[in-house]
Amino acid sequence: MQDIKITIIDREGTSHQVDAPTDMNMNLMEVVRSYELAPEGTIGVCGGMAMCASCQCYVQSDHELPEMSYDEDLMLAEAFHVQDNSRLGCQIHINSEMDGLQVELAPES
Amino acid sequence: MIKTDILIIGAGPTGLFTVFEAGLLKLKCHLIDALPQPGGQCSEIYPKKPIYDIPAFPEVLAGDLVDNLMKQIEPFQPGFTLGERAQTIDKQDDGSFIVTTNKGTKHHAPIVAIAGGLGSFEPRKPPITGISEYEDKGVEYIIRDPEVYRDKNVIIAGGGDSALDWSIFLTDVASSVTLIHRRNEFRGALDSVEKVQELKNLGKIELITPAEVIDVYGKESIEGVSIKRGADVFNRDCDHFIPLFGLAPKLGPIADWGLEIEKNAIKVDNSLDYQTNIPGIYAIGDVNTYPGKLKLILCGFHEATLMCQSAYQRIFPDKRYVMKYTTVGGVEGFDGSKRQAPKAVVKAIN
Repeated sequence: MQDIKITIIDREGTSHQVDAPTDMNMNLMEVVRSYELAPEGTIGVCGGMAMCASCQCYVQSDHELPEMSYDEDLMLAEAFHVQDNSRLGCQIHINSEMDGLQVELAPES
Repeated sequence: MIKTDILIIGAGPTGLFTVFEAGLLKLKCHLIDALPQPGGQCSEIYPKKPIYDIPAFPEVLAGDLVDNLMKQIEPFQPGFTLGERAQTIDKQDDGSFIVTTNKGTKHHAPIVAIAGGLGSFEPRKPPITGISEYEDKGVEYIIRDPEVYRDKNVIIAGGGDSALDWSIFLTDVASSVTLIHRRNEFRGALDSVEKVQELKNLGKIELITPAEVIDVYGKESIEGVSIKRGADVFNRDCDHFIPLFGLAPKLGPIADWGLEIEKNAIKVDNSLDYQTNIPGIYAIGDVNTYPGKLKLILCGFHEATLMCQSAYQRIFPDKRYVMKYTTVGGVEGFDGSKRQAPKAVVKAIN
């Protein structure tokens, strides 16, 4: 399977275009960690269980993403800096339809 | 002063298993943890979630893993200082260490093993401008003594179990309780949600949803908060504002102990024994880093095992020792218990 391109704007505002594999069962939070775009310990704190919101990001492109689960929705209800386009990176599993996705990491909290 | 052989900071799975490996070497352990119960993240964040990569356990719930570890280390009678955060470390002339907690409890040991995971769990603070000025002046992130709120007007923010449970509890103590949450739905246990509904119907809890606190005001201490609900912004006076948004781990005071830190973790010598740049202080499990590091429970167990052998040599530099298999040597607890493989019976057949 082909890699896709994703644009990730880090917490300092720098934009990074990265390749993300679609066949490794990776989620967006893991892509950010694999490219070290946020310091370890500040992202994916709960390991990807939608239980900490440290991987919150703002989806800037108009991709249709998988619907939010109940867990993700309720975690975002308790997170800080939440906007209408907030999602938890750990709940977005990379697939080929996400080619060109652009997201910005929410501030650390 | 609590005295022990290995002082373990962090009572998560790695810290707990250290007690077992140290026990095989007749070394006693004491654990400090900021949380009120052992188990670290496994107990605090995901006790009901399954783990699939513990060797020989095709599936185990995180909470059960902790229960099993507690059972496994019971014969070695570990001591616990729970609900306290390791704050300072002082090296003594003889090379040993005194670690003092935020509540002043002192621990003395020749070896310190930091098994602190991602750090100690601290309350998550909402990003409200100026809120820090009112900390302990009416703004509290943890409820320590409910009597503080007797006959006071209290506003709680949050949508999880602790926000719900404290709102319920404080209705019998405070003169008024207001609960503010960004959604109409709550994340807590069904019982708690239903109880809050009942208390709301009785007029004992005022529920303001979907809304959030966006500002705080007051002179010497807090006098009220500004609340945003939809397009409306309004003020509500109070004596106490208690944001309860759960806990998040922070490396905390350990970061100031003079240890080499990289990637929010403590650098260790993984080619040898997971010792830090300060001899006698080791770091094991998720809290450490080295080339190729993986933050896995099974890696923490391995690191704890190697670290204990090194600690033994450091405490007893003149003694010779080789690792024994438990199948051969059994497990002798400090409580007098002994478990060992049954001896084979040799009997001739006529």
